Amino acid sequence: MKNHVLRPVFVVIAVVVGIVFTRTLLVPGDFGVYERGYMYGWHRKSNEEEWKTVRVKYKTSKACPECHEDKYNAIKDSPHAMISCENCHGPSYDHPKDPLGLSIDRRRDLCVRCHSYLPYKTSGRGDIPGINPETHYPQAECVMCHIPHNPKPMNQKPEVKS
Amino acid sequence: MMNRREFCKKTMIAVGGLVLPLAAFEVFDPSTLRAEKEGRGKTRWAFLVDTRKCVGCGFCVKACKVENEVPYDANVTRTWVERYVTTTDGKTYIDSPKGGRDGFTTMKIDQNLEGMHEIKAEEISRAFFVPKLCNQCDNPPCVQVCPVGATYQTEDGVVLVDRTWCIGCGYCIMGCPYSVRFFHPVYHVAEKCNFCYHRISKGMKTACVDACPFEARRIGNLKDPDDPVTKIIMTERVNVLKEEFGTKPQVFYLGLSKEVK
Repeated sequence: MKNHVLRPVFVVIAVVVGIVFTRTLLVPGDFGVYERGYMYGWHRKSNEEEWKTVRVKYKTSKACPECHEDKYNAIKDSPHAMISCENCHGPSYDHPKDPLGLSIDRRRDLCVRCHSYLPYKTSGRGDIPGINPETHYPQAECVMCHIPHNPKPMNQKPEVKS
Repeated sequence: MMNRREFCKKTMIAVGGLVLPLAAFEVFDPSTLRAEKEGRGKTRWAFLVDTRKCVGCGFCVKACKVENEVPYDANVTRTWVERYVTTTDGKTYIDSPKGGRDGFTTMKIDQNLEGMHEIKAEEISRAFFVPKLCNQCDNPPCVQVCPVGATYQTEDGVVLVDRTWCIGCGYCIMGCPYSVRFFHPVYHVAEKCNFCYHRISKGMKTACVDACPFEARRIGNLKDPDDPVTKIIMTERVNVLKEEFGTKPQVFYLGLSKEVK
C-alpha cells in the first residue's frame, strides 16, 4: 500500500491507543460492572469498603449498664427507659476511652420535643403528657423540678414538693 | 478517486463506529441476567416506618446528622419528619421545620410564604407524623441518570455515592422522585441516606432506628423470612410512597394515608 494511505491509518491507531492508555491511567482498576448489572451496578468496588469504614458514633445503650448500673436501675422501670441513653447524653464514640466523659444535654429543647403538648389524637403524640413551653415556667430548665430518669409527677424533686 | 481529506474523514467515521458500541459484542450470559433480576446475596435491606407510632420528636434526624457527619445547622438532612394536619374543612397542612431536627413544639404550622398558620385543637380532624428517608429503590432512577457511575446499588440493595467519582452534575438530585438527595455542603457532591451502611454491615441498626424511642422506625432483611420486619411487610397492610413512578421503593409504611406525598 502507498505511504499516503498508511500515514493517516497510523495516526488513527495512535489516537485510539492514546485514548485507551489514558483511560487505564484515569479509571481505577476495580471500576466495573458488579452484582446489580450495567444499569445499577456500574461502579468502583472499593467505594463500598470506604463507606463501611465510616466511624460509628452512636454505640447504643447496650454497654451503658456495665459501668452505670445505678443509672440503669433508676431508669429501667420508668417510661423514659424507652429512650436511648445517647439521645440525651450524646453519642458515646469510644467512651470511656475517647471521650473520657460525655456531656449531658439539660436544655428544655430536648424535653419539649415530646412534652410540648399537641392535641393530635390520631397520632401517639396526643397521648404523651405535655405542657405549653411558652407558659410552663419558661425561664426554668425542666430538670430543676423533674427527674429525667424517673419522670412521673409524684417523683418530682423533694424541694419542689415542699 | 478519493482524495486524502475525504479518506481521513471516512476512516475516522468507520473507526468511531467500530469503537463506540463495544458493549454490543459482550457475550450474553443468562446467569448475569438472573442475578440482575433476583440477586445472589442473602441480604436485601428494607425499612419499615410506623406512622401511627411516630410522635415527631426528631431524635432520628438529630442522630442521623451526627452519625453521618451532615453539617448540623445546614438546611439539608438525609432523613426528615413531616407533620400532616388535616382540618375539619378538609384542608391539609404540611410542614417540616429544619427537617424536624428539633421536634415539633408548637401548634403553628410553617406555610412558607404565607407565614405560620395556627390551627385550633377543635379544628383538627386528623394529625400525624411521617418520617422520610431514602427508599433504596429496586429501580433507582437516581442511579440510572448518573453519567459517570458515581452512584450505584450494592448487592444488598443500598444505593451509595462514590464521593471521589461524583462530578456534581446534580442529575440524581433532580431524578429522585422523593427528593432525598442533596449536595453535601462540605464535599460538594451528591449526598443521600445509605441506611447507615457502616452500621448495618457490622450487624448494628441504623442511627435513626436506634434513636427512635417508639419503634416507629425499623430495619430488616427482606431475604430472611424469619426477620420480624419482613414478617410485618409480608403479612400486614403496608404501603410505599409514589408507587406510580415504578421505582419499587423498599421503605414500607404502616398507617399511610392519601395526603402523604
